Amino acid sequence: MADLSVDICGLSLKNPTMLASGVLDETGKTMASIARAGAGAVVTKSIGREPRQGHGSPCIVELGDSLVNAMGLPNPGIDVFGRELEEAKKAGVPIIGSVFGGGEAEIAEMARLMADAGADAIELNLSCPHAKGFGAEVGSTPERVESICRAARSGLDIPMFAKLTPNTSSIVDLAKAAERGGADAIVAINTLKGMVISPEARMPVLANRFGGLSGPSIRPIGVRCVYEIRGAVKIPIIGVGGIESGNDALEYIMAGASSVQIGTAVWKHGPEVFSKVCEDISEFMNRNGFDRIFEMVGVAHEVKH
Amino acid sequence: MKSSIRMLKVSEHIDETPNVRTIVLDGSIEAEPGQFVMVWVPGADEFPMSISYIGDQMGITYQIVGDGTKALSIKHVGDLVGIRGPYGKGYTPIGRKPLVVAGGTGMAALSPLIERLKLNQSEVRVVIGARTAREILFRDRAMKAGAEVVITTDDGSEGEKGFATDIAVPILQTREHDIVYCCGPERMMTKLADKCSELSIPMQASVERLMKCGIGICDSCAIDGLHVCRDGPVFSIDVLKGFSEFGRTKLDATGRRIDI
Repeated sequence: MADLSVDICGLSLKNPTMLASGVLDETGKTMASIARAGAGAVVTKSIGREPRQGHGSPCIVELGDSLVNAMGLPNPGIDVFGRELEEAKKAGVPIIGSVFGGGEAEIAEMARLMADAGADAIELNLSCPHAKGFGAEVGSTPERVESICRAARSGLDIPMFAKLTPNTSSIVDLAKAAERGGADAIVAINTLKGMVISPEARMPVLANRFGGLSGPSIRPIGVRCVYEIRGAVKIPIIGVGGIESGNDALEYIMAGASSVQIGTAVWKHGPEVFSKVCEDISEFMNRNGFDRIFEMVGVAHEVKH
Repeated sequence: MKSSIRMLKVSEHIDETPNVRTIVLDGSIEAEPGQFVMVWVPGADEFPMSISYIGDQMGITYQIVGDGTKALSIKHVGDLVGIRGPYGKGYTPIGRKPLVVAGGTGMAALSPLIERLKLNQSEVRVVIGARTAREILFRDRAMKAGAEVVITTDDGSEGEKGFATDIAVPILQTREHDIVYCCGPERMMTKLADKCSELSIPMQASVERLMKCGIGICDSCAIDGLHVCRDGPVFSIDVLKGFSEFGRTKLDATGRRIDI
């Protein structure tokens, strides 16, 4: 019988699925309901120092089963987020606090504040593609990724993940930099920067014009990124981008991810997607003689063509 | 893959009351009464609106409350407006003798329900609460559908002086009605919910929260772990009574909790 539990940097997860940052994770009760629906861990919405409204509307465009969003990092600020975190933790799964900031000092401060608020691990958002001065704007060069990770890591006594952007010439270089800076794991990938124009309106649909593409259409890119990163770093990788089924999760795992995150699929499939993905993985493992998830991590690298 | 937004031409723009207008769009829509669409006014804003006319043409009945509705109000016949949806869960038209209670612009969401209920041969009584006689919305429409209409106004300029609940609560006491449908200010709905709960009368109410994505992923319209855009906007009384936030708190645009 397959055992789906995984250990990520000392965090014990009952299964390898996590809720990805940005989806249904601004309020404690919603996060708890996702956890109860089967997620092994929950990553919070990215939280900053001050309350922030985010971009104007439209902030989302539906494209078949994919989305382009430009929420713009709306969040209530770290000072009041603690009580949402407390509520989320009632569901009994690890809660990973996602934080953003405008530079290494602010991001390091945010990581410490999020740890103080009770998060079980920190995810640094170095990759949001549509918020001026934050996210990918501070995380697009190896130098900055390394210095931010180093600053945030010091004084933090819980695991720290670096979520990286694919909107760069080499995500592998960013991953290596994060590892050098002391990140305990890599999260890959964030959304791909994109734009949707309405020909009838003759203008971009998103109020912010640019947004981030997520959903099944980016999965091959995410899988490729994880595969490349696996060959370049020793720390664990958490794969994210377009996962909707056990098969999709297994692609990431075999590319080298120790666990996966699911976000956009919650839109089409509801919170039940977590238990469904886990059932699929379990069934695959039973059929193929795998007992533990780690036995499958990175196996796609072993095949010689 | 084309985006799900339909760009529709404005076919008519109607003054309903001094503050409320209906914009009619040249595009058909199939929806449950109480469901909503996201309305995009290019270059201005996108916001959720309940559908006030469902069928071959779609109607949105609105009050100017911000930049988005202001931009919508200056659209002329032939101009384009973007629509995605319908979204959410609407009212379920059931009951032999329903009581419909509307406050503010609540009749926008309730009017298609009243018409649907009358098609089902229900005996419908409607209480419309307005601030003044001039602001009574869709009274003629409800009467044309065959409903009995009772009016209350805050200033007594027409009908009974007072709030919709001042009339609706005593009506409920008579136990003539087997279901209550409402849409209006949250205080009105909590008052009705308390009464319906006490008398064990089923109720369905349309809840409003700040909505951004409209499709159940951004968490901005969260209420006790459910989402107004996907699980609502219409909730049954069993769900409403389980909410600790209904009538008490909501989230602002940053996600901070504020008192209602």
